[in-house]
Amino acid sequence: MTKYSAFGLLRGAFGGQRHWQPAWRDPEPKKSYDIIVIGGGGHGLATAFYLAKVHGLRNIAVLEKGWIGGGNTGRNTTLVRSNYRQKPLHDFFEFGLKMWEHLSDELNYNVMFSPRGALILGHSDSDMTRLAERGDAMRVSGIDAELLTRDQVAKLEPLLDMSRNARFPIVGGLTQRRGGTARHDAVAWGYASAADGLGVDIVQKCEVTGFIRDGEAVVGVETTRGRIAAGRVGICVAGHSGHVAGLAGLKLPIESQTLQALVTEGVKPMINGVIMSQSVHCYISQSDKGGIVMGGDPDNWPSYAQRGQPMVTGHAIAQAIALVPALSRLRMVRTWAGVTDMSFDGSPIIGETPVANLYLNGGWCYGGFKATPASGWTYAHTLATGKPHELNAPFALDRFRSGATIDENGVGPMPNHR
Amino acid sequence: MLLINCPHCGPRAQVEFTYERTVDSVVQPAAPVGEAMERLFTRANPRGLDDEIWRHSFGCRAWLVMTRHRATHEITAIRAAGPDALP
Repeated sequence: MTKYSAFGLLRGAFGGQRHWQPAWRDPEPKKSYDIIVIGGGGHGLATAFYLAKVHGLRNIAVLEKGWIGGGNTGRNTTLVRSNYRQKPLHDFFEFGLKMWEHLSDELNYNVMFSPRGALILGHSDSDMTRLAERGDAMRVSGIDAELLTRDQVAKLEPLLDMSRNARFPIVGGLTQRRGGTARHDAVAWGYASAADGLGVDIVQKCEVTGFIRDGEAVVGVETTRGRIAAGRVGICVAGHSGHVAGLAGLKLPIESQTLQALVTEGVKPMINGVIMSQSVHCYISQSDKGGIVMGGDPDNWPSYAQRGQPMVTGHAIAQAIALVPALSRLRMVRTWAGVTDMSFDGSPIIGETPVANLYLNGGWCYGGFKATPASGWTYAHTLATGKPHELNAPFALDRFRSGATIDENGVGPMPNHR
Repeated sequence: MLLINCPHCGPRAQVEFTYERTVDSVVQPAAPVGEAMERLFTRANPRGLDDEIWRHSFGCRAWLVMTRHRATHEITAIRAAGPDALP
């Protein structure tokens, strides 16, 4: 595989740009692998890449039922941030954010990470108290956070409705300036291309339909392209974790729900960073192509269908227009829905399962995209060594049994109330 | 949006209803701790039919038990919850 560079582009120009090769191979699955990762989304591909790069393993496959990056990697709102409240989440997501800053170089693929700032609006005194608490918690963990006055917010995003009688009056905000957005497809393609370069087999149109067992232990998978043996198998299919783990007879602390997003026609730059809110659940950013990308609440009832209800997007749009009235002039061009693994404490699950040789990476709720590098890094460590990395040790599956849950919202096992 | 046939009110739009939880996650007060934990903290979450508890919140406010397909959204059965509605 050729390395991408400005010089290569220039040289290719002399040949009429006819030098381009596929960025990854399309191999037939082998009979056996050391490690199989189920799921060719960003997380699965990142896992395979770090297994090869950091742990020196070469006999690895990623099995994808459709095409890579065609699930939630292609259905999110591309936000990257680490503005959480609790230590295990700080450590994990901040490690990830630092990886984002160098990811394009590491992969030799432009993931277009753009740290344009992630702003949370405060609409009341109590909002500001909670934002100050969150900001303090972040700074104690060494993460950047800045509490903003009303005037500072107005300067940062001039199109916000700052009037005193706005539907959601804005009294201040909290920003993480290192947060931002990235190009979602490029993340999947960059990891795929880099992993393929290290010998990882990326097998598409290969759905896992069952697990091969030797006694209790998993020793391979049944797929639509035949049986494949494996030393260790890692589930990495967030959204469908319940279904795939169910094939191994496991019941998880996860309920699958739909999360929708939408994008408007492209316009000149009008939203500078990422706008979120402490009180209303909608988030707004502008893609590099110019479209305004928005999302809101999940649909709040279980579904594996990748489609949602218009009333939920309507709700998010109404909130977004109340915050930024100028959005009302734009035409919506597309809405879509992804299936999210709603875990029962709102935090992800990365680690072993009760079944020998079978590992789980899932439960990302509505926040998996930003975690892609850190998720791949820690899951690769877990799969290669059989033991969790210190960053994902708190996110073990058995925390629900032991009571050591990491519940940011304090809601308990009721994802539809989260 | 689903069209839900409330046993009391007839067919109504989904906006009137709220999802509560699955039937298999209801804990009986007398259940042993292990079983209670299992029911509270795990779900079968099938990509197929499951029994769910919904409420006609903005209608007759009755609790309902609905058998619904998680991928096609087809509702195959619906009945009012009652003393004999839960296992």
